Amino acid sequence: MPVIVTDSGFQSDDWVGDYCKPCDPGSNPQALDLSSDIDPDTVLLHSNLQMIRVNIHNFADGRGFTIARQLRLRGFKGRLRARGNLISDQYTMARRSGFDEIEITDELAKRQTESEWLFRSKWKENDYQSLLRG
Amino acid sequence: MSAHFAPRIVTANHLLQGGVIYLADNDMWVDDIREAEILTDEADAQLRLLFAEQQPDTVVGAYLAKVTVTEHGPEPQHFRDQLRRTGPSHYAHPSDKRFENV
Amino acid sequence: MYKYTEFDKAFLLQRNSQFRAQVQRRINGQLTEEEFKPLRLMNGLYLQLHAYMLRVAIPYGTLNSAQMRQLAYIAQTWDKGYGHFTTRQNIQYNWPKLSDVPDILDTLAEVNLHAIQTSGNTIRNVTADHFAGAAADEICDPRPYAELIRQWSTDHPEFQFLGRKFKIAINGAIQDRAVIRAHDIGLQIIQKEHKLGFKVIVGGGLGRTPMIGKTIRKFLPESDLLPYIEAILSVFNQSGRRDNKYKARIKITVHEKGIEDIRTLVEDRFHRIRPTYKGLDQNILESIKMQFPPPQFVKADSTHFEQTYETDPIFRSWVDINTSEHKADNYVIVSISLKGHGQTPGDATTKQMQVMAQVAEDYGHNELRISHEQNVILPHVHKSNLPQIYKALRNHGLATANIGLISDIIACPGMDYCALATARSIPIAQDIAGRFKALKIEHEIGPLKLKISGCINACGHHHVGHIGILGLERAGKEYYQITIGGDATSTAAIGERVGPGFSAEEIVDAVERLIYAYLDMRKEPEETFLRTYQRVGLAPFKTALYPKTALAA
Repeated sequence: MPVIVTDSGFQSDDWVGDYCKPCDPGSNPQALDLSSDIDPDTVLLHSNLQMIRVNIHNFADGRGFTIARQLRLRGFKGRLRARGNLISDQYTMARRSGFDEIEITDELAKRQTESEWLFRSKWKENDYQSLLRG
Repeated sequence: MSAHFAPRIVTANHLLQGGVIYLADNDMWVDDIREAEILTDEADAQLRLLFAEQQPDTVVGAYLAKVTVTEHGPEPQHFRDQLRRTGPSHYAHPSDKRFENV
Repeated sequence: MYKYTEFDKAFLLQRNSQFRAQVQRRINGQLTEEEFKPLRLMNGLYLQLHAYMLRVAIPYGTLNSAQMRQLAYIAQTWDKGYGHFTTRQNIQYNWPKLSDVPDILDTLAEVNLHAIQTSGNTIRNVTADHFAGAAADEICDPRPYAELIRQWSTDHPEFQFLGRKFKIAINGAIQDRAVIRAHDIGLQIIQKEHKLGFKVIVGGGLGRTPMIGKTIRKFLPESDLLPYIEAILSVFNQSGRRDNKYKARIKITVHEKGIEDIRTLVEDRFHRIRPTYKGLDQNILESIKMQFPPPQFVKADSTHFEQTYETDPIFRSWVDINTSEHKADNYVIVSISLKGHGQTPGDATTKQMQVMAQVAEDYGHNELRISHEQNVILPHVHKSNLPQIYKALRNHGLATANIGLISDIIACPGMDYCALATARSIPIAQDIAGRFKALKIEHEIGPLKLKISGCINACGHHHVGHIGILGLERAGKEYYQITIGGDATSTAAIGERVGPGFSAEEIVDAVERLIYAYLDMRKEPEETFLRTYQRVGLAPFKTALYPKTALAA
């Protein structure tokens, strides 16, 4: 079972719908599954869209953060999830870039425990970006 | 024992101290290359490397270094491994006296 | 100088506590080495040949006496009594223990210094002209912009896991002293119709594929700085190559896609990002600018200086060679050479750091700079103080009069320390400097930039040296390739390889042959090595370097 990491710690996955991947241009899905090499400008933001999940296969691949930022700047207000072997140290980065939550495996959750993720959960603190943008 | 296999030693850096260390035949990590275990069989060398790699809480970056066996013990073949043994060449030793009174 | 705000202080304390926890998690096994490595790198910590190395940022090269003293204290307490100043305005400590690094970082934080983003695939320490705020040819002090970029790039959530490192340099004077055309982004401050802005250069870099940067924006208004460079980073993070480490820098992205396409992508992103900046960055910039006022210049009698200058030829030589023109009357910029003949380029001992701190406090408005040429600068010195400064420096091996001469060599640490190196750099630099001292022709040769890198990554900037030396390995031995004609200034150029390499034993003789060929060919003493090369081309130098081959041909 995957573990969903949010600001309040570990949760089980409450998203029940299917992800559309790849998606027909004509369809109007509720949820999209994207890989980290996607160009965020090409993602069709359908009217029904409630959830976008970005798959990050390697934690050192930081493209997902830019994808999240660009999707938000393009106006996506639904749920945005990063999925993959991220490390807890990246939680703040993910939240600040526009992700709502991170989906990790049970196995990773055993090694990187909930307390480590919670250590990074106060992502609004000490943030140069909000200082400069305001 | 393979006739073509140049002798090797297992070397790495110490996780906490950072320093260069060598694997001895009693499974201990030692600072002095002369105490390193000399591996003359390829399969054996791979097993010892695996043994080193299974100690991530002690060592970083374990690898096999080629050596020539001399009466003073193993001599690294590559100048990089020589430098790892001797330390930087521009100061006689990092604790060089010249730094005390400058 | 910039004074940390409560925000800056709180950020740094939290960052350091996070790193302390990361070290503990690594030791406990909660983080693998693979996971820990990018975290330690983004906090400046490498593992090299013999030990860990901590690279501390000197943001835009500026520091005060208290900070220099703290650097000395760290060298003495946790290292072996010395530090190494680098080509990117950092100081490297070569012998810290992993378990001591959190304490070292806390000690740095006491004086508002850190090691954040001095390594790793992220936006690195922003560098600037080391004569900023002092140079006679300055348009505008670049440091407030560099500080703004430092804040913006620090822990930027999008750009901590880029495909490769990303370096930004900024220059505010006519002369480029920050090598901006060899950076991922180079910013040149310009003035257009009384408005300040930047020429933005992108895609420069040295390394395996040296490239001179291309202009992406001819004039960027001051207030668009952050959104525009954020747009460049956004495009790079998304479309830079991640399949090959050697093709992952933005110079390759620009080269493969072409500057026109990159410009279109960046401008599109810029228009999307621009509205997210609502003006707070400009307020912060204004408050930063207030913190870089010119020093309280003094008026003093320079008679003693004039007399000493007339009567003491060694002092005169030091003044002539190691000082530069200042914007204020009767002031000069002093360059302290860390290139004593036979010394390690860029190294300073604890004692030397303390002496430089004291001299800056006594005679230099409490300010020091680190240059990318691995020297230390006293940016504001009244001429009347030069004799005392000279005396204090001379007593500690810091008064070598060789700035800009052949022995003022840039050299990376090379294989004496670096895990990436393929050959040693330091002993070659020491031997070359020693040779030309013995020949006593250094001053006759005049301005010459000799730069040595111990591997293809080119930390020693060899591509842009008038003479560049690249150390490689062939058949288990070190050998050295020579390039000539490189230029690091606003007329930036990549040097040309002369021919096959030389062994460590042959390389000093080879450089000597090059120099004598130059002395024979130059039209007049004022014609520099670079000018002669530009006039005569590679061929005569090639003949000088390979006399036997030339005879056979």
